[in-house]
Amino acid sequence: MFEILGVPAQALFGQLLLGLINGSFYAILSLGLAVIFGLLNIINFSHGAQYMMGAFVAWMCLNYLGINYWAALLLAPLVVGATGIAIERLLLKRIAHFDHLYGLLLTFGLALIIQGVFRNQYGSSGLPYQIPPELRGGQNLGFMFLPYYRGWVVVASLAVCLATWFLIEKTKLGAYLRAATENPTLTQAFGINVPLLVTLTYGFGVALAGFAGVLAAPIYSVNPNMGADLIIVVFAVVVIGGMGSILGAIITGFSLGLIEGLTKVFYPEASATVIFIIMVLVLLVRPAGLFGRAA
Amino acid sequence: MADIASTDAPAAGLSVREIDDGTERLHRILMIGIAVALVIAPFVTYPVFVMKVMCFALFALAFNLLLGFGGLLSFGQAAYFGMASYVCAYAAKFWGLSPELAILSGTAVATLIGLVFGALAIRRQGIYFAMITLALAQMAFFFSLQTPGFTGGEDGIQAVPRGRLFGLIDIADDRALYWLVAAIFMGGLLLIYRIIHSPFGQVCTAIRDNEPRAISLGYRTNRYKLVVFVLSAALAGLAGATKAIVFQLASLTDVHWSMSGEVVLMTLVGGLGTIFGPIAGALVIVSMQNFLASLGSWVLVVQGVIFVVCVLTFREGIVGIIAKWSKRPL
Amino acid sequence: MLTEAARVSAQTAAPLLQVRGLEAWYGESHVLHGIDLDVASGEVVTLLGRNGAGKTTTLKSIMGVIGKRKGSVVLEGTETIGLPSRAIARLGIGYVPEERGIYSSLSVEENLMLPPRVRPGGLSLEQIFTLFPNIKERLRSQGTKLSGGEQQMLAIGRILRTGAHFLLLDEPTEGLAPVIIDQIGATIRKLKQDGYTIILVEQNFRFAATVADRHYVVEQGKVIDMIPNDQLDANIDKLHGYLGV
Repeated sequence: MFEILGVPAQALFGQLLLGLINGSFYAILSLGLAVIFGLLNIINFSHGAQYMMGAFVAWMCLNYLGINYWAALLLAPLVVGATGIAIERLLLKRIAHFDHLYGLLLTFGLALIIQGVFRNQYGSSGLPYQIPPELRGGQNLGFMFLPYYRGWVVVASLAVCLATWFLIEKTKLGAYLRAATENPTLTQAFGINVPLLVTLTYGFGVALAGFAGVLAAPIYSVNPNMGADLIIVVFAVVVIGGMGSILGAIITGFSLGLIEGLTKVFYPEASATVIFIIMVLVLLVRPAGLFGRAA
Repeated sequence: MADIASTDAPAAGLSVREIDDGTERLHRILMIGIAVALVIAPFVTYPVFVMKVMCFALFALAFNLLLGFGGLLSFGQAAYFGMASYVCAYAAKFWGLSPELAILSGTAVATLIGLVFGALAIRRQGIYFAMITLALAQMAFFFSLQTPGFTGGEDGIQAVPRGRLFGLIDIADDRALYWLVAAIFMGGLLLIYRIIHSPFGQVCTAIRDNEPRAISLGYRTNRYKLVVFVLSAALAGLAGATKAIVFQLASLTDVHWSMSGEVVLMTLVGGLGTIFGPIAGALVIVSMQNFLASLGSWVLVVQGVIFVVCVLTFREGIVGIIAKWSKRPL
Repeated sequence: MLTEAARVSAQTAAPLLQVRGLEAWYGESHVLHGIDLDVASGEVVTLLGRNGAGKTTTLKSIMGVIGKRKGSVVLEGTETIGLPSRAIARLGIGYVPEERGIYSSLSVEENLMLPPRVRPGGLSLEQIFTLFPNIKERLRSQGTKLSGGEQQMLAIGRILRTGAHFLLLDEPTEGLAPVIIDQIGATIRKLKQDGYTIILVEQNFRFAATVADRHYVVEQGKVIDMIPNDQLDANIDKLHGYLGV
């Protein structure tokens, strides 16, 4: 086995793959945050809790209803998206015309509620979720061992990110969304139902989080706290990338995951904080974010 | 973001601009009332409980100075509270500093961290500002987690000696310590009151209400924001350091993001942008936590529900509502 | 230009749009204090007045894109004062806002195709390209990369696609070169020939005189006078007084 900069190649590529997986979650979650922020002007603090919900719905599907991973991959985002639609219609709509920081506070409260309920029901220790049989095992690539499931997570995340990009940038619905984000009043004056668009967007954004949660379930086990710390890292990712660009969010998410993976190999003590440190550097050099437009 | 305190708490706008003699007298009476209540409290309830309320009330007052009067929503106040708590505990336990010096060193460190974090965070506005402060505070949390030699890791710094005040007065007894905490709290309250009503505080409020206008009037708004941020961090540190002496403990809880959330909740419940609201909010939330302590994780749910209900229907908070009824800024 | 008889009959028949006692607010500030006006089907009517008189606000209030409004706006027998703007648009109104409202995050083509069809009989893309040939060559560009004149044509073109037969145009000539203004004027006259009804907000009453049947003068949130276009010359001094020219 060969070494790179004194690190065994297996370890290096293994960590890079883990980094890519984390990066996948950063990308999907920051994408959802950016889409929601664009149209609703709120930072969805409950995004991490909704990611956790996705994992739990998959777990419940399997253990209570015997629904397998593949069906859950579709079902869980729908369930999380549906609760999101209810949240938007019942709660967020009522505060839409107040300062948008109230949206942050409200969704923070929601995160506490969701997290608390699951913690009461399932404890804090985490529940195992098996890798689906089709994706067990892996392949030795020579320079590293590739577990199939991990490869799948990266590919599936990338596919979902690109599909989201396509939906927003290349379709009629996406044009409505971009128009409503840029100028909701005028868009409404053309006869387009902007409030409906807002509701669907929130539902879609949190469904993305739910999807990421299902992907994560077999890797990290299902835990009520799994989204809480993650969402803060994703906030840093969003600050680094800026929320103006869809592709920017995807690129930033994956790259920061990789950088985090590299840090784990070469300087593990900093791996938990490296993204925050990058955030500080970006704030110093380019406060609007790498892909952001100046305020 | 500047609107958060002003649109829904009209009292906040009034408190600075249209303060008249009657209102000032009312405020003085309320201050004296609080002081009298603090004198009586240890005889009718547990001093430790009252001290806890005072620490959190000071913490919430500091947060409210930043959001309610500076218009800056920091979601990372736990960093200053928690780091000051660690430094104070460490200084008292391992350097053998007297309590007042330990508290001062904790406060000083919080001030420094506030200066650095504040300078970074004010480079962005609104929602980004909130996310940046939260992320920076999370950095402080990970730092605490990874330096067990300093923070004691999961165990925290336990059995912090209360020591002798100025090397003379023994404050090991709760009742003796109580007067120190009460003095710190009243000092903090009066200081914040002075800041709010000073010309500096008025400029801050003007920036909160309309930053472009303040800029066009020639104010260097970023300097004002930074100063109010540092002041808030310092006072949050003072509260955290004091808490370390009271409970003889500094732990990860104090630097965790949920602590940042709690102080937001206290301020929201009491009345954002009011003068006395954070005290009421701290009293309510600390009492509730004591009352619900046996419920475990349900406390989290209850707090979440209070957040949601407050944002939806109770944005003025307790004191804000009273101020509206009595038509007096409180 | 309508004959006197036609004009009288237009005013006595039920107008396409009837505005009565229209008031509007931006936040706390009360901007319109009771606008009354009528527009008959097929008419081109301008709103003239000084800056800040309430012309743009009147259009916004008819369109329902203002914080708070009250009074009565009846379009073809339907009271619209309580309707959201998307429902008002669906009644067949096309709106070209101040500053044209071209989206920078949409391409020219997406801008053009954005407003949904509200009535049958909208122009086909070919017809729009005949009217505004410049647009056709720039379909892939970012909307705001067009010149001011092209943006104005795009803003008009995209509502002609929807089948709306009642157009609200807010200062379509502002900031444009004279040759472009001529082109816009020709377009408006052509639309009138085709039976469109148009309310036009204008600063430039010389331009307005070349396209309009009647002129409402707005001052301090009220209509203070109405001058038929054929009596414009007789009232020119009065109008100069109103506009402070």
